[in-house]
Amino acid sequence: MIKIDNLTKKFGAHISLDNVSCEFNKNESIALMGANGAGKTTLIRSILGYYHPDEGSVAINGLDPIKHRINVLQEISFVPQLPPPIKLNIDELIQYISISANVDKEKIMHYANEMKLDLKANLNKSFFKLSGGMKQKLLIAISLAKKSTIIIYDEPTANLDPKARDDFYRLLKQNEEEKVLLFVTHRLEEVKDLVNRQIYMDLGKVVSDEKI
Amino acid sequence: MKNLYLIAYLDLKESLRAKWFVVYSLVFGGLIALFFIAGVTESQVMGFSGLSRLLLMYIQITIVILPIFILITTVRSISGDRDNHILEYMLSFPISLKQYYWGKIIGRFITVYLPVLFAMVIAIVYGAFKGADIPWSIFFLYTGLLFAMSSAFLGIAFFISSFVKSSEVALGIAFFVWIFLLAFIDIALISLMMQNRFNEELIIFIAMINPMEIFRVAAISLFDPELTVMGPVAFYILDSMSQGVFVLISIGYPLAVGLFFAFLGFKIFEKKDLV
Repeated sequence: MIKIDNLTKKFGAHISLDNVSCEFNKNESIALMGANGAGKTTLIRSILGYYHPDEGSVAINGLDPIKHRINVLQEISFVPQLPPPIKLNIDELIQYISISANVDKEKIMHYANEMKLDLKANLNKSFFKLSGGMKQKLLIAISLAKKSTIIIYDEPTANLDPKARDDFYRLLKQNEEEKVLLFVTHRLEEVKDLVNRQIYMDLGKVVSDEKI
Repeated sequence: MKNLYLIAYLDLKESLRAKWFVVYSLVFGGLIALFFIAGVTESQVMGFSGLSRLLLMYIQITIVILPIFILITTVRSISGDRDNHILEYMLSFPISLKQYYWGKIIGRFITVYLPVLFAMVIAIVYGAFKGADIPWSIFFLYTGLLFAMSSAFLGIAFFISSFVKSSEVALGIAFFVWIFLLAFIDIALISLMMQNRFNEELIIFIAMINPMEIFRVAAISLFDPELTVMGPVAFYILDSMSQGVFVLISIGYPLAVGLFFAFLGFKIFEKKDLV
């Protein structure tokens, strides 16, 4: 599903990804780990088609994520580490997502409900005015409602309380079949029941890649 | 197309709620109100009176503040979203970069153009209510000029926004562009003219490729078709073309400048790393 081939990405003199090659296939749940600056976020952003590689390539189902961004992004759900300060209200944000990505509004409501987030009471509130936990819950609900085959989570539980984390893992368990789940995390113990592969990165290289 | 309209619509809604938009609308609406309160329509200067006088004053002030308002409120639109990771999330959905970029431009254009237009419409309606003669030709010329001027600076702002990574730098560049076009070119060209180093026609040509300068000249051309207030410079302009052609150029040229910079900005946005 995701094929990364000799990918190198530089920012000025700094090499963020150094000749990285790996493949992620259906039914794999991967914990992507490494110290700050190891290249995890650069790798994710390359998969999302945000970065132009200096060398090498990324292919999602055989497609270049930059040249075929619409087809590729239809298959990907992404939750960033820190929810961005989006000024749209919840209703407008859901409208943006449901029209652009053809996501059913009711599904977002359903998953928000499962995450114990009362969306109906907050529809006219700006997204950035929600608490950190509420923002994260909404982004998780959107990622699950999107029905993508690739789900990328960058430290998704950073703002969640223990109960919300349990809800999140329960929902993921129900939705992981036939998918690639990619977790960027510093805490393997949190996702160890979900993942079946562990990749460790350092200084822009994959230093270990093992099945669990 | 639905995504283009969606982006434009959401950007418009977001802008209408923003504090800068309230200030922006109050400034232009307030200007018109101030002119009426101050009795500008009753005064007569250089033969201009009534609503014509009011619109002339409005346009003279607009030429100074409209570009900087557009630049500072728009220049952070993409660079700001990039800065605070909004772009990273919003572009993770299947929207083409073309739809995102041009949708933002359309939404922002409506936001910046409507308040200046409405301020003029309010002046016309209030003037008509008071029984003043409505200078329709001036109103339509200014509508076109403001449209073209808004396009020019919106295009420049999006161009800056597309290549600058930090919104602070974008603001700095925007301010420089404004002050350069507003004052520096005038000062530099006047000093060159005084030194007699260059041909006058060349100096006037350089002045006229500045969208703010062409806006200024076109704005007075309807009151003063012979451009007598400009002195000998008028000969260089009106000898080369008729007043009608000059007015068309003064609308078409800034529009073309805006589209050119907006397109250049899009190419950079498309070719550069997105976040």
